[in-house]
Amino acid sequence: MFSLDVTHRQGAFTLDCRFESAGRLTALFGPSGSGKTTLVNIVAGLIRPDRGRVAVDERVLVDTARRVALPVHRRRIGYVFQDARLFPHMSVAQNLRYGERHIPPAERYARFDHVVDLLGIGQLLARRPEALSGGEKQRVAIGRALLASPRLLLMDEPLAALDEARKAEILPYVERLRDEAAVPILYVSHALAEVSRLATDMVVLAGGAVRAAGPTDAIMQRLDLLPEDEQGEGGAVLDGVVASHDETFELTVIDTGAGALRLPRLDAEPGKRVRIRIRARDVMVATERPRGLSALNVIEGTIRTLEPRAGAAVDAFIDCGGQTLVARITRQSERLLELSPGRPVFAVVKSVSFDRGGLATFRTR
Amino acid sequence: MDWLGLGPQEWTAVRLSLKVALWAVAASLPFGIAVALLLARGRFWGKALLNGAVHLPLILPPVVTGYALLLGFGRQGPFGSFLAEQFGIVFAFRWTGAALAAAVMGFPLMVRAIRLSIESVDRRLEQAAGTLGANPLQVFLTVTLPLILPGILAGTVLAFAKAMGEFGATITFVSNIPGETQTLPSAIYTFLQVPGGEGGALRLTAVSVAIAMAALVVSEFLARRAGRGAGAD
Repeated sequence: MFSLDVTHRQGAFTLDCRFESAGRLTALFGPSGSGKTTLVNIVAGLIRPDRGRVAVDERVLVDTARRVALPVHRRRIGYVFQDARLFPHMSVAQNLRYGERHIPPAERYARFDHVVDLLGIGQLLARRPEALSGGEKQRVAIGRALLASPRLLLMDEPLAALDEARKAEILPYVERLRDEAAVPILYVSHALAEVSRLATDMVVLAGGAVRAAGPTDAIMQRLDLLPEDEQGEGGAVLDGVVASHDETFELTVIDTGAGALRLPRLDAEPGKRVRIRIRARDVMVATERPRGLSALNVIEGTIRTLEPRAGAAVDAFIDCGGQTLVARITRQSERLLELSPGRPVFAVVKSVSFDRGGLATFRTR
Repeated sequence: MDWLGLGPQEWTAVRLSLKVALWAVAASLPFGIAVALLLARGRFWGKALLNGAVHLPLILPPVVTGYALLLGFGRQGPFGSFLAEQFGIVFAFRWTGAALAAAVMGFPLMVRAIRLSIESVDRRLEQAAGTLGANPLQVFLTVTLPLILPGILAGTVLAFAKAMGEFGATITFVSNIPGETQTLPSAIYTFLQVPGGEGGALRLTAVSVAIAMAALVVSEFLARRAGRGAGAD
């Protein structure tokens, strides 16, 4: 359990945040300038807040009321920086082992071989940081932080400096970390695709304040909480199980609470749990079962609510067998189709609209 | 050992110079690193004053520095008498005095080089070391020190070269006693004072030039490496 309640002024900017999370990977999400990095620096101890309290489990890291402020090196907070920050005068192996010796043996839970294996960096051990690619550096930086056996792992936009290919290379490792490592993660990001794929919980920051905090699927449906240019990226996050693969058409069928969904061939064994993000802008609404339509996914449901948004948009929340899909439609469509709460409808999702960033294998404990 | 055609007195001067310069550099290095750290990282009242004091020997005529040392560290001087009584360390007219004069004259060069390399260290690396559980001393020893090592080496080489060539302050402070305070430059000066001494002066000059050139080349090389190695990862 991680809890934070701080106020901090930095020039004209004021950070005033309060949230708790028991999630395995909590995403701090918000546009640049919303105070994400300041917040993690307060947690790490690189910045001392003007007022407030930060605690991991029962361990208080800083409490201005009680004049407690652990120094950085005694916090046991792993920090993966955006710019890796590997020590240039040490080999990869020396970088990895750097934190180990500073931790009392009884408190070391991370094992070298296990971490090296988890991150796939075995063949890099003898190299120097300057000989690594951006993605490799970042994996080594993650390993170095883990091997200090931290009680909380901070990751400050660890993928922001990488290109798409490198991001795709690292994402699976972060997923494994979330599912297999015994440490909760606080993950800073301004990319919704990344957050929806990785986070169990999320905290939305704007202008130095918390706009919302809670489980990822609940927050992702609240499109109004997301930054305007990202609202179309939000939507439903469904958990499902891989049912079968259709090799002829290279499709995968996934069973979700809302029904079976077909999407482009996934690299996952049948029976594996996966998480699917269905963006609100990719969902169409029909009042009768459409015919002669190319979209493969037609899901029956009932309109729960309709929430008008800025401009022409309306978000339709559709109950589909216990799960909720969100469709962003125009107010004109709402009027033409005479949509109203309680009305049975069909939600239509094109199979090809599932973007790879929104698809993630996800193991639940 | 006469491949340079050096006589025993000349060899004595070369050996003494090396001894004086090595001691001067070795003894002043810890202070050099400490002062460079203070100047690069410290924020305190009187920083400009300290900076000025450190650089003073570079600007003052060496004779003035030597005379100031004589006043301070001579037998009657406040520091000189204190050190002689408490620790039995005597500077006046001893090779130790020559080492002190050389150290003081080389100090600004040493501090400058080390300070520059400290300023080029990426402090974010030190932050990262802190988050990995290293306390400030451990951060300094395992991250800062290795990264500024090229700068320390460069500063050491510069100070060594300066110590080998120091003349004005040395001769003012501890005179020109063969075998005790007669370093290379003093020996050359002495040779030039006697008829027929040009040969010896020329040979010692060649030795001086060789040592100085070697020191400069090594220092250039190290400074370039420091510029590359200590940068951001």
